[in-house]
Amino acid sequence: MSSVLFDVPGPKARTRNVYLNVATFVVVVGIIGFILFRFYESGQFTAKKWEIFTFPLVQQTFLEVIGATLKAFAVGAVGSLLLGIVLAFGRLSDSKWLHIPCYWFTELFRAVPLLVLMMIVYYGLPSAGVKGITPFIAVVVGLILYNGSVLAEVFRAGIESLPKGQREAGLAIGLSKSQVLRMILLPQAVRAMLPVIISQLVVILKDTALGFLITYHEILYYADFLGSQGGYGSPVVPALMVAAVIYVGLCLILSGIAKYVEFKMSSRVKIVKTKVGLTG
Amino acid sequence: MNIIIDNSDLFLTGFKNTGILFIISAFFALILGTLVAGMRVSPAPAMRAAGTLYVNAVRNTPLVLILAFFALGYPRLGLPSISFMNAAIVGLSLYTATYVCEAIRSGINTVSVGQSEAARAIGLPFIQTLTLIVLPQAFRSVVPPLFSVFIALLKNTTVAAGFSVLEAGAIRAYLSERGEPLLPGLLWVALIFVVLVLGIMTPLQRYLEKKWRVAR
Repeated sequence: MSSVLFDVPGPKARTRNVYLNVATFVVVVGIIGFILFRFYESGQFTAKKWEIFTFPLVQQTFLEVIGATLKAFAVGAVGSLLLGIVLAFGRLSDSKWLHIPCYWFTELFRAVPLLVLMMIVYYGLPSAGVKGITPFIAVVVGLILYNGSVLAEVFRAGIESLPKGQREAGLAIGLSKSQVLRMILLPQAVRAMLPVIISQLVVILKDTALGFLITYHEILYYADFLGSQGGYGSPVVPALMVAAVIYVGLCLILSGIAKYVEFKMSSRVKIVKTKVGLTG
Repeated sequence: MNIIIDNSDLFLTGFKNTGILFIISAFFALILGTLVAGMRVSPAPAMRAAGTLYVNAVRNTPLVLILAFFALGYPRLGLPSISFMNAAIVGLSLYTATYVCEAIRSGINTVSVGQSEAARAIGLPFIQTLTLIVLPQAFRSVVPPLFSVFIALLKNTTVAAGFSVLEAGAIRAYLSERGEPLLPGLLWVALIFVVLVLGIMTPLQRYLEKKWRVAR
């Protein structure tokens, strides 16, 4: 790798880099080793604590809760994308009766913590007489409202980053304003903003874990349940490790798909990319 | 209006703890994030690899899981016990540091090549090129993304409510214990966050952005 921050290493720098590499290696291995050693010392690797994961029923339930996480993610992601597009169109509309409410909608829902949104839906609405709120609905509604608002900003930034000529050419050939938006600007904006959209999808996937706090039965909820099984030595740490591996795996798969799609799309057309602040 | 006055003790303690969590975690996240960003652009391959590993692993793990590890898993390891508050601070700092690192790294890329070339030309080694020339300029250009990260941190502090920290997110549980109506209570919490984010953080970001803008 070449970098402008340092020169191509000469003999002295190469020796120094070797020392630095060794030192970093020792520190990293030391930290990981210490953690593993503490795990070992406190008996986290004993067969008793891992036995529970060998039961077919437990494994089957793990598949079910992964399904629950993916279901919340899928519904949340599709909903957020749709809401994002609608809000972005609203904000770009000429009518102030449309763009002012849309502006406040995106600003407000981006400012409220997602967990508080989910709590309002799950605890607040039933206390005000709304019936039939399940944890799943609360998780999905929270995800859609929050991420839809974030994605609206992303789409808008994408559309505004396009060259002015695109819109003008569309209008010149007689398309209506909404046709220009839908057929000319949006497809290009999505392509330009794909990396940001995809990292927001990873955020949605991670945020489904908040469902744990409002009793949605997903991966972390089940891991917590397993951790409390006293008969198997309360395997809290093993259960959290399993949950972590599943989450990191899912996120990496999603990022992998994203990179592939991005590569496929960017190899066809090149568009100037704009950066937008992401909220994790 | 009554609910917030009747339970002012709860709201005050809650948002005080949110503030403490936010300020301390932001402080540590900024330091750790800068260090890791430095590691990720350093000449030593092992340091770059270690930084990348940390950022990728933590960014792909949900915050809830990280906090769960420090609040529920850590006490089982037989190490000196820490309070739930400190556990939340450690978790939030480690999580936010990865986002700070990525923001700063993108800022380093915006500093024009001539700056670091000039620094190298006058014989500055890597550390000095980074700390004296590149980072001061990078920090100025990453004010907006850095503020997005800190606004996210402010909102993320509510997750600690799930792990026995009495902060803004936990107000709901205490209200329901006192038999208060939950919807108005939760809407007040949401409103205070809106004020904190739109009324304080965003104007502060605009102000700093303007004040520290670099003419290029």
